Amino acid sequence: MSRVFVPRDAAALALGADAVAAALASHAGVVRTGSRGLFWLEPMIEVETPQGRIAYGPVAAADIPGLLDAGLVQGGPHRLRLGKPEDLPFLIGQTRFTFARCGVVDPLSLDDYRAHGGLKGLARAIEAGPAAIIDAVAKSGLRGRGGAGFPTGIKWKTTADATGARKYIVCNADEGDSGTYADRMLMEGDPFALIEGMAIAGVAVGAAKGYVYTRSEYPHAIAAFDAALAIARREGLLGSNVLGSDHSFDIEQRVGAGAYICGEETSLLESLEGRRGQVRAKPPLPAHKGLFGMPTVVNNLVTLASVPFILSEGPEAYQAVGYGRSRGTMPIQLAGNVKYAGLFEAGFGLTLGEIVNDIGGGTRSGRPVRAVQVGGPLGAYFPPALFDTPFDYEAFAARDGLVGHGGVVVFDDTVDLAKQARFAMEFCAAESCGKCTPCRIGSVRGMEVVDRIMAGQKVDANIALLTDLCHTMKFGSLCALGGFIPYPVMSALTHFPEDFRVPQKVAAE
Amino acid sequence: MAAYEPWNEQRAGEIIAAELGREGAALPILHALQAAFGHVPRDAVPMVATALNLTRAEVHGIVSFYHEFREHAPGRHLLHVCRAEACQSLGADAMHTKLRQKLGVDWHGTTADGAVTVEPVFCLGLCAVGPAALLDGRPLGRLDDERLQAELEAAS
Repeated sequence: MSRVFVPRDAAALALGADAVAAALASHAGVVRTGSRGLFWLEPMIEVETPQGRIAYGPVAAADIPGLLDAGLVQGGPHRLRLGKPEDLPFLIGQTRFTFARCGVVDPLSLDDYRAHGGLKGLARAIEAGPAAIIDAVAKSGLRGRGGAGFPTGIKWKTTADATGARKYIVCNADEGDSGTYADRMLMEGDPFALIEGMAIAGVAVGAAKGYVYTRSEYPHAIAAFDAALAIARREGLLGSNVLGSDHSFDIEQRVGAGAYICGEETSLLESLEGRRGQVRAKPPLPAHKGLFGMPTVVNNLVTLASVPFILSEGPEAYQAVGYGRSRGTMPIQLAGNVKYAGLFEAGFGLTLGEIVNDIGGGTRSGRPVRAVQVGGPLGAYFPPALFDTPFDYEAFAARDGLVGHGGVVVFDDTVDLAKQARFAMEFCAAESCGKCTPCRIGSVRGMEVVDRIMAGQKVDANIALLTDLCHTMKFGSLCALGGFIPYPVMSALTHFPEDFRVPQKVAAE
Repeated sequence: MAAYEPWNEQRAGEIIAAELGREGAALPILHALQAAFGHVPRDAVPMVATALNLTRAEVHGIVSFYHEFREHAPGRHLLHVCRAEACQSLGADAMHTKLRQKLGVDWHGTTADGAVTVEPVFCLGLCAVGPAALLDGRPLGRLDDERLQAELEAAS
């Protein structure tokens, strides 16, 4: 029986992929995969033919009888036929290092993983030893993909050099930024890549235990990753002899409980230790005193999943793409009101305009793009006037924005930026851990001030007050939540001032 | 739709004991209690405190810090709707206002007939297919008023 690949990615499920799989079950050998990340075509199914895979999409369960009549299992012609997936323009334009297997392989088959280049990096790492691994990661130029952009090689070296009774590798899979879903896609579509990356990190710094802290809003990713962990243990990828070596490494998945702040590394560690997720003051750095006071590598999921490629293909191959000091690739996640919403892995350096208009195709609503929020709820709102900004940590910072975890949320001309600024403060108030005053109190006061501006009360004085408050939050907060929430607020105020000065029908006060 | 167990002290003790061997066991314990009882029952708090050598106040502090932990059981169906920016850009706010008016509930509220509890979440990672929601853990994408209503009716 021909094999047909049907995604089990949560976003594909949200569009009816399970019903499609059920309708196909008695006609073909259905293999569930992750998603390739072309969400306007999901559920996108692929049939294996002698000429390679042929894709169809977007497919609804009701389309299946017609597709079968058209010779689906032989790759026959049909209005939903897309041809070879790798020839789709959205995929041709990408440089898939980290997401090469996502949507292609059976995520729970270690044989499939091996057949597509998996475990080569870990085998090479075990052979090369800790110093050579850290050297390779440093040479690759890889920087933290959670948003901070800290050089991964330096973090690993610091942890390797630190002394402790035991060490930990902690993967931050608390992907709370709106507009981001790369972590989720990888956990559901290629979980062994994360396991391999963490095992390499374990060998590099001398850690025998890893934790993956996954947010509770991702039930499908949690289930997929737990299933992958069980397979990895059974097959000797994890355990007391990793791939037959003397290295011992195991991973445990922990589930968050709906607190955005636990994506901040010290708050995440507090949560893992069983406490309220309140931010710790730094120093000490987690690399010196992290989980349970032990030297700990805390890395974003995409950072860790990028490591196997660096080890297997060499740091030069990774370093060769990129822009300025941002080396390698970034999974850009197009989200919100955008026509071609999906994951686009590419070297740094594309301009925001290329990403939104050329790759994303503008808005889904068909109306003009008015604002783009890059980097999650703490990221700035950029107008089309800033579309020449290259996707690069430094270039975004220079324009008072951030790349963050690579989420790009598009808004059309119906957006009210005063409302978005108010939401930023509301979000900060809801999610503040409460430890420092600028964030805890400032966010509530900020919400009230924006309310007054929106009501037309003493607009000039209140805008000055809001600006001053943002300055205090930016420089006085303990972590990036209170420290970065001024980015969306001030960018809205700077680039869209007209939204804050709506003529009032009735004079206030 | 989830069927929850009625409160049972012995059962709660077993659940706590099963997770106690883990490092930093508080969250795994609270998740396991909520999975069984639909919420973290008040009577379980002193038991967790004793098991973890914490005060009751500390355990209450943990339960109340995390949005996910509930102090009351939810309705027969649990609807998590995404309130974050990507869904906002596709009109989620207006859809949520209409939904809550129609159901007669505020955020975190349960309908009078006990059918549905509506919880806001900030992002489900379904930002490419918004507006998004989870209904009893099942992902829903590209929602509008009609589709959301139809899903709720089909579930009940």
